[in-house]
Amino acid sequence: MGNISVVPFGPQHPVLPEPIHLDLVIEDEKIIKAVPSIGFVHRGLESLIVKKDFNEMVYVAERTCGICSFGHGMGYVEAVEKIMNVQVPDRARYLRTIWMELSRMHSHLLWLGLLADAFGYESLFYHCWRIREQILDMIEESTGGRVIFSVNKVGGVMRDMDKQMLARFAEKLGDVEDQVIGIKKNFLNDRTVQLRLRGVGVLTKQQAHDLGCAGPFGRASGIATDMRTRGYGAYADLEFEPVTSNDGDSYARCACRIEELLQSIDLIRQAMGRIPEGDLFVPVKGNPDGEYFMRIEQPRGEAVYYIKGNGKPYLNRLRIRTPTFANLPGLCETLKGADYADVPILILTIDPCISCTER
Amino acid sequence: MSTFLNFTGTLLKNLVSKPVTKNYPEEPAVYPERMRGRIVIDIDQCISCGLCVRSCPPRCITVDKNEGTWTINRFDCIACGYCASKCPKKCLKLIPGYQKPGRSKAAVTYKKSEEVMEAERKKAAEMAAKKAAALKAAREKKAAAPVSNAAPAANAAPAPAVNTASTAPAANAAEKPAEKQ
Repeated sequence: MGNISVVPFGPQHPVLPEPIHLDLVIEDEKIIKAVPSIGFVHRGLESLIVKKDFNEMVYVAERTCGICSFGHGMGYVEAVEKIMNVQVPDRARYLRTIWMELSRMHSHLLWLGLLADAFGYESLFYHCWRIREQILDMIEESTGGRVIFSVNKVGGVMRDMDKQMLARFAEKLGDVEDQVIGIKKNFLNDRTVQLRLRGVGVLTKQQAHDLGCAGPFGRASGIATDMRTRGYGAYADLEFEPVTSNDGDSYARCACRIEELLQSIDLIRQAMGRIPEGDLFVPVKGNPDGEYFMRIEQPRGEAVYYIKGNGKPYLNRLRIRTPTFANLPGLCETLKGADYADVPILILTIDPCISCTER
Repeated sequence: MSTFLNFTGTLLKNLVSKPVTKNYPEEPAVYPERMRGRIVIDIDQCISCGLCVRSCPPRCITVDKNEGTWTINRFDCIACGYCASKCPKKCLKLIPGYQKPGRSKAAVTYKKSEEVMEAERKKAAEMAAKKAAALKAAREKKAAAPVSNAAPAANAAPAPAVNTASTAPAANAAEKPAEKQ
């Protein structure tokens, strides 16, 4: 029996991009309990519905997160469209899907870079972000924004991608695919990386199910949950299978995300091949009256939007549940029994987005 | 060993290839055409309808119709482009390139040129006169209800002429130089 002590981790820590505080109860070098506390960056986005009407809220919803901003905007907009029975043009659905997948790619590449940095591979980190830069350039060229796209509106999208642009993007994606396959070798075959990730923070399928883990974190433990299979956007027309793994350790989470990168490239290619001609949006009249519960797959996992309108421009209720919120119990479970030196990597493997969580 | 070879390829490529980043202040930044950089206004086209004020999510725009001014607090603007999509005259536009930094969070005011203001005042006076005339005509029509329809219209015509005769040609004259500019 060693000495039991409590080590505070965060809210300011080099590995954390955003503030979360963890009280780590450690016995010698092993963690026996982790107690999270959040609330450092609460902004009260949900309560802004009393000040902004449902059209303006699109821009607020987008600013829930800096990385999966498009997903938040899309989830909100699709929920409002469902309440108002708006039939979005097919072209808009496909464009949304392409942007969503580009957004997923840039999020996953960002995460891979951070992970490489966490286990000490700094040039691999730069390499990942160099690939990500090409995705950001594509996003900026097509939407006008690098991080906040602002192309969604209730009823459709605001910007179009013409044939030349799609062809150019398809060519660029080929380059990106080659580079991703290149870094895949570095991540998955390297002995040092395997020593840092294999068998670290194992979460079994049963545990992941009981703790309600979402997204790649849950999929790496063998739960084949992917909200894209529900067929919002244009996902119903595209062919794909959720990427899963049965290992449930940090290595599996890394492998899942790399596979999802390649899957996203495939999905974008499918969408580019099938995108129909047509309008970008339909005019929307009236105000939302009713409620809807929208589930959408963000890069980090399942996000949930509950929207309630009462026939007035200002909504009654907006509730956003983000994937990191669902993954925090899973994180605390994986931390149990882990080495103190593995804590940064374990926190990173849930791909934490604390500002999203606190909204 | 295999790992070492993996990295060696990347390493050698990086040694001989050009830097990915730009030497920014020396090399100018190239922005894509669609970039939502900052809002610009063609103020003389603006009709001060106030739709941009009402649509702006961070409420950073104010419009004064009487003064003919359009004010924006660029430090509050989120460059979402919602105002530009709502503008009926399409005089608001998002252009590439970021706004310059400033020492204080001051708002910028754009004022319409005097010619445009003059023309607008004339037009407004004309519209008001027309409205008054129509009102008067309607009132007279009501008063002289049993008389045939043509009579009150004929009577009403000279009556507003007292108000409008001087303004109407002047308004036309004032609008012409404004258009030239």
